Amino acid sequence: MGLRRRRVEEAVFKLLMGVSTAVVAGSLLFILGTVVVKGLPALDLTMITQTPKGGYYLGKEGGILNAIVGSLLLAAGATFLAFVFSLPVVLYLNVYRRRGSRFAVLTRFALDVLWGVPSIVYGAFAFLLMVYLGLRASLLAGMIAVALLEFPIMARAMDEVVRLVPPALRDASFSLGATKLETALRIIVRQTLPGIVTAVLIAFGRGIGDAASVIFTAGFTDRVPTSLLQPAATLPLAIFYQLGTPVAEVQQRAYASAAVLTLLILAISLAARTIGRRFKRHTIK
Amino acid sequence: MTDSAGHLSIRNLSVAFGSQTVLKNVSLDVPDRKITVIIGPSGCGKTTLLRALNRLLDSEDSARIEGTVLVDGEDIYDPKTEITHIRKKMGLLSQKPQVLPMSVFDNIAYGPRIHGLRDKKRLREIVERELRAAGLWEEVKDRLGEPASRLSVGQQQRLCLARGLAVGPEIILGDEPTSALDPQSSRIVEQRLSVLKADYTVVVVTHILRQARRIADYLAFLYLGELVEHGPAAEIFADPRDPRTRAYLTGEIS
Repeated sequence: MGLRRRRVEEAVFKLLMGVSTAVVAGSLLFILGTVVVKGLPALDLTMITQTPKGGYYLGKEGGILNAIVGSLLLAAGATFLAFVFSLPVVLYLNVYRRRGSRFAVLTRFALDVLWGVPSIVYGAFAFLLMVYLGLRASLLAGMIAVALLEFPIMARAMDEVVRLVPPALRDASFSLGATKLETALRIIVRQTLPGIVTAVLIAFGRGIGDAASVIFTAGFTDRVPTSLLQPAATLPLAIFYQLGTPVAEVQQRAYASAAVLTLLILAISLAARTIGRRFKRHTIK
Repeated sequence: MTDSAGHLSIRNLSVAFGSQTVLKNVSLDVPDRKITVIIGPSGCGKTTLLRALNRLLDSEDSARIEGTVLVDGEDIYDPKTEITHIRKKMGLLSQKPQVLPMSVFDNIAYGPRIHGLRDKKRLREIVERELRAAGLWEEVKDRLGEPASRLSVGQQQRLCLARGLAVGPEIILGDEPTSALDPQSSRIVEQRLSVLKADYTVVVVTHILRQARRIADYLAFLYLGELVEHGPAAEIFADPRDPRTRAYLTGEIS
């Protein structure tokens, strides 16, 4: 009886796991399929090399170059800002603070909470910040909003790899007379470089795809931005606006834009993997 | 001995982690240019003692340290003492060799570089000299650009030795430096230490009695955090005074 019951149990759970895996993999394929099938007919060279001409949203000539460039610039700037704050935080927690110190525990908890904050909240917060600083909706304001969104993601992702550095490695550096800063920058960063690169690219991927944080802050324009203080179009918002028109042709372009965004994110993930592997040469296992 | 006599002396050192006392009032004048071996069973506080000598205990949680450790007459636990300067005087060999995530060359050049040496020719000289001193030069002279992690574990430990020597220490600390090595590599490391004692004060912690017999000039027996007995190795091995030392040497306690 016992053995029979356990066999049934095993079979039932195996089936459940199989179904779950199929649902997850199926949704991914379904999403990619929809984007490609619906978007491909509208995706051509003009789409990615031209800015919208007059009447673009009513089905006339043009492309989404403004949004592609806007998104890339915005995500790059935001990722840079997030990096400038993430790395010091992570090194401080792991090199300057003792393991398991209350301060480190609280900081990690705060980052986890920030990770869970919806991006529209970052958008609203950055909007207030923008008004307070006297900025208008612009590339810069969008960068700040997206940087806020990316920061906890990047910091926690880095923290997870930096925490794994064996204490003996720090001690080896300390025992040669290195200061904490030298140990952090020359040893810890070097050892965790693959993980740091991955963290940066994960945050970049998250930033470039977010619509809610830029809706009030980056503005939207048909032109390619030439300064930080000009408004900038982004791909997620371009998709949103194009889907919102009643013209079928324009809706199709929304799917083409989604395909472009998906491809960009795919390229970034692949780059993350390859670059990460590159830096493994000296890493100690 | 007076304060200025040796490079390294330990005065009334006690260490506790939380409520657990690991070292009880240990005092020891380490003789210069000899190999001092600290023996004792696992958990007797050997590693803690060694880590207390270059203040690596600082980086651990909840270690309470009392007493003094004098390096060249300078109390390393004095808040005014600059710790990087103390650590530079001591090379450390850990239980498991811990190479730095960089090339063989850079591993050795790391120390001199952080202490301000930029001259490439000088760096190359130091790298070669210390690799020879550690008995590794012939094996790695054509692999200096390779990641240090590709060396064998035995080679890595000698690389760590060379790396420690490159900052010009006076003292070499070894925390069971051969415990991760195969017998042949262990012998090579032991031989190097026996050669290096001409120029350096060596302190090695081990639980391998045969190793202590092979290399020790001076012996200290640590048991349950207490320094039971210390003196010239030959004397203690021949005629231990304390019954606990005798019991340990004959294998009754381990």
